[in-house]
Amino acid sequence: MSISRRKFLGWMGTAGLATSLLGKSASAASTKEFTGHPNSYGVLHDITRCVGCRSCEEGCNTVNELPKPAKAYSDKSVLNKKRRFSTTEFTVVNKMVQKGSPIFWKTQCNHCLEPACASVCFVNAFEKLPSGAVVYDASVCVGCRYCMMACPFEVPTYEYDDPYTPEIVKCTLCAPRIEKGLLPGCVESCPTESLIFGKRDDLLKIARARIEKYPDRYVDHIYGEHEMGGTSWLYLSGVPFKDLGLREDLGNTPAPKLTSGALHVVPMVVSLWPVFLAGMYGMAKRRDKIAAEEKLQAVKTAVELAENKAAETLSQAMEKASKEKENILKRVARIKEKAAKTEEGS
Amino acid sequence: MPTQNNSQAPRITAAALHFMRDDNKKFSPLAVITGIILVVGTILTILRFTQGLGAVTNLTNTHPWGMWIGFDLMCGVALAAGGYTTSAACYLFGMKKYHSAVRPAILTAFLGYATVVVSLLYDVGRPDRLILAYPFVVQQGTTSLLFEVGLCVLLYLTVLFLEFTPIPLEWLGLRRARNIAVKLTLALTILGVVLSTLHQSSLGALFLIAPSKLHPLWYSPYIAVFFFVSSIAAGLSMVIFEGSLAHKAFHHRMGTTYLEEHPPLVLGYAKAASLVLFGYFMVKIVGITAGDNWHYLATPYGVWFLVEILGFVALPCFLFAMGSRNKDIGLIKFTAALTITGIVLNRLNISIIAFNWHLPLDERYIPSWMEIALSIYMVTCLILVFRFIATRMPVFDEHPDFKEHHE
Amino acid sequence: MIHTLQDFMLHTESNTYILMGVYLICMVGFWMFLTHKDEEQD
Repeated sequence: MSISRRKFLGWMGTAGLATSLLGKSASAASTKEFTGHPNSYGVLHDITRCVGCRSCEEGCNTVNELPKPAKAYSDKSVLNKKRRFSTTEFTVVNKMVQKGSPIFWKTQCNHCLEPACASVCFVNAFEKLPSGAVVYDASVCVGCRYCMMACPFEVPTYEYDDPYTPEIVKCTLCAPRIEKGLLPGCVESCPTESLIFGKRDDLLKIARARIEKYPDRYVDHIYGEHEMGGTSWLYLSGVPFKDLGLREDLGNTPAPKLTSGALHVVPMVVSLWPVFLAGMYGMAKRRDKIAAEEKLQAVKTAVELAENKAAETLSQAMEKASKEKENILKRVARIKEKAAKTEEGS
Repeated sequence: MPTQNNSQAPRITAAALHFMRDDNKKFSPLAVITGIILVVGTILTILRFTQGLGAVTNLTNTHPWGMWIGFDLMCGVALAAGGYTTSAACYLFGMKKYHSAVRPAILTAFLGYATVVVSLLYDVGRPDRLILAYPFVVQQGTTSLLFEVGLCVLLYLTVLFLEFTPIPLEWLGLRRARNIAVKLTLALTILGVVLSTLHQSSLGALFLIAPSKLHPLWYSPYIAVFFFVSSIAAGLSMVIFEGSLAHKAFHHRMGTTYLEEHPPLVLGYAKAASLVLFGYFMVKIVGITAGDNWHYLATPYGVWFLVEILGFVALPCFLFAMGSRNKDIGLIKFTAALTITGIVLNRLNISIIAFNWHLPLDERYIPSWMEIALSIYMVTCLILVFRFIATRMPVFDEHPDFKEHHE
Repeated sequence: MIHTLQDFMLHTESNTYILMGVYLICMVGFWMFLTHKDEEQD
């Protein structure tokens, strides 16, 4: 009781202090800039050091207990064709020949700092762990495959051929191994230190130092530092990344920012649309009422007019009738007079 | 009365699929076609649910959404917009002369949304979890626009069901229950418009997450607005189009009120649709300007985009205007069909044709014949259920016992 | 402590959805309160 009370008071004090002392930074914080989990891990892939031995593929296959491929990992002929990851391969190595010398590079889930897959999942099946891994919980997945639509790196794969319990499959950064203090399978089996596991911040420093030290060897770009708000996997390359199929036109906007505008309109519509619509209804109803009243009034006026007209016609008719009566009486009188004269005369 | 329907099954199908006259000579081949669709559809359904998505679809890891999302969901929802537009016009904006059109529109919308939900059960990998409403019951992914779409569709389906209930309740003669349902009209209509606004627009907003995959001419921060505005045009056109089909199939069921109110309604809707398309054309242009995507117009995708907005937005806008000015019902009906085609084209462009435009052609998605067949199966089932209800229940006419109860 | 925009939005959007539900129910009540006497007068 007392602890929680003290805790509470502590929060209050902190809040008060924060507002009074850090007024400026508090308002800056209200724009909500997030920099990701502190001290999260990542992997730096130095493409210039990759020899295409496919040990990483084999390591991945072993630690994740995936089905063995038809061709042995020592068979390098598979590299002649462009490959992508599938439900049984979390990672693949590809090969490109430029100026006579081969370039090899490895691809897998980049473990975004702000994952698009997590942003769009309507059961919240994806989670960016504090360790840096983006993991997927198959026990809630409905299989809508929106994550696959959203992923700018086209990473998630789907078990289309499983009729009853298909799942999304992708690299997990070996999150369970990281928990145990082990290296990811691919990093562990890499013989050339083309893959380095470490804190993302440290990896960025290493990458920058390498670029600075060997400006002729690397392009001046750490792929993954800013792409889509940054990724936990970082790449160094001697050739432009787009030549390797790593898209450079993705932009630096974190995925949740792309949809936040549309999401923020939702409560506005819910709040104000009923007000507007009820208003329209009220006005339409009022208009009907006025129209009905006016109609009633118009009928009344028409009736009055008709009545007046009828009365006028009546009085005119009466006048006419009385005039006619007079005329007739006069004529009668004249006739009578005439008759009397004739009588007298005869 | 309930016994007369089977002989008419092919008729409405014929009317819908081939714009044919009510011609009994064409009757049997069409019955055969309907039968084939139903048999094939049933076989494919079994295949889908026993062999998996991979057995019937051409979906890949780069193209996870195909025909059933692009056509069944996107177009189905847009074309069912007649429900909210008509009920809003009649109950909220005071267009009481449109009252007789509300019931057919609501019925269409209800069946349309029901079909959409059934299609989604085919499309998702775990339909059992969709039925159990995992996104709402088990774990809520509230940052997803699909969560919002799903919630709105679920609620709107309920609203449409409640709006639809007076029809069977009148048919069954349950007066008290029917009167309660009618009393909810105002609240349901407002809720229906709110939910429709939200999910019609959010269907477009689903694509906001993929600026690197959708062609810039179709991708726009305004895409949600485009979807909402075009859904109004789609809804109005569907009411006109459907009305003309229904005239052929259900003329004998149409009450005097419906028959009297229908021609002025067609003119009014044409005028409204023309105006909406005028505005829609403008916002589409604003979309190009905002992204400064003019240079894309000179590419093949640009030409295709121009076909869409000139041929299926600007042209119907003008033709609707001509039709309503000259009171040319024939032209209006043609234009309604044109507009509907345009909306279908737009939704397919966004979800399939201009999506993943950066990929080489051999990695692009083309629906399998089985996906298309199942989409046709869905539409056929919808038409059959519509006919089943419209031939028995008071949809196009008023139930004699409930005539003066109109609000 | 929230470190990612995604977690932040998950938090705020969840609250927003609850708020919207409550609002819509209140709206019905408020509408009835607002127009109740109109019906009596008519």
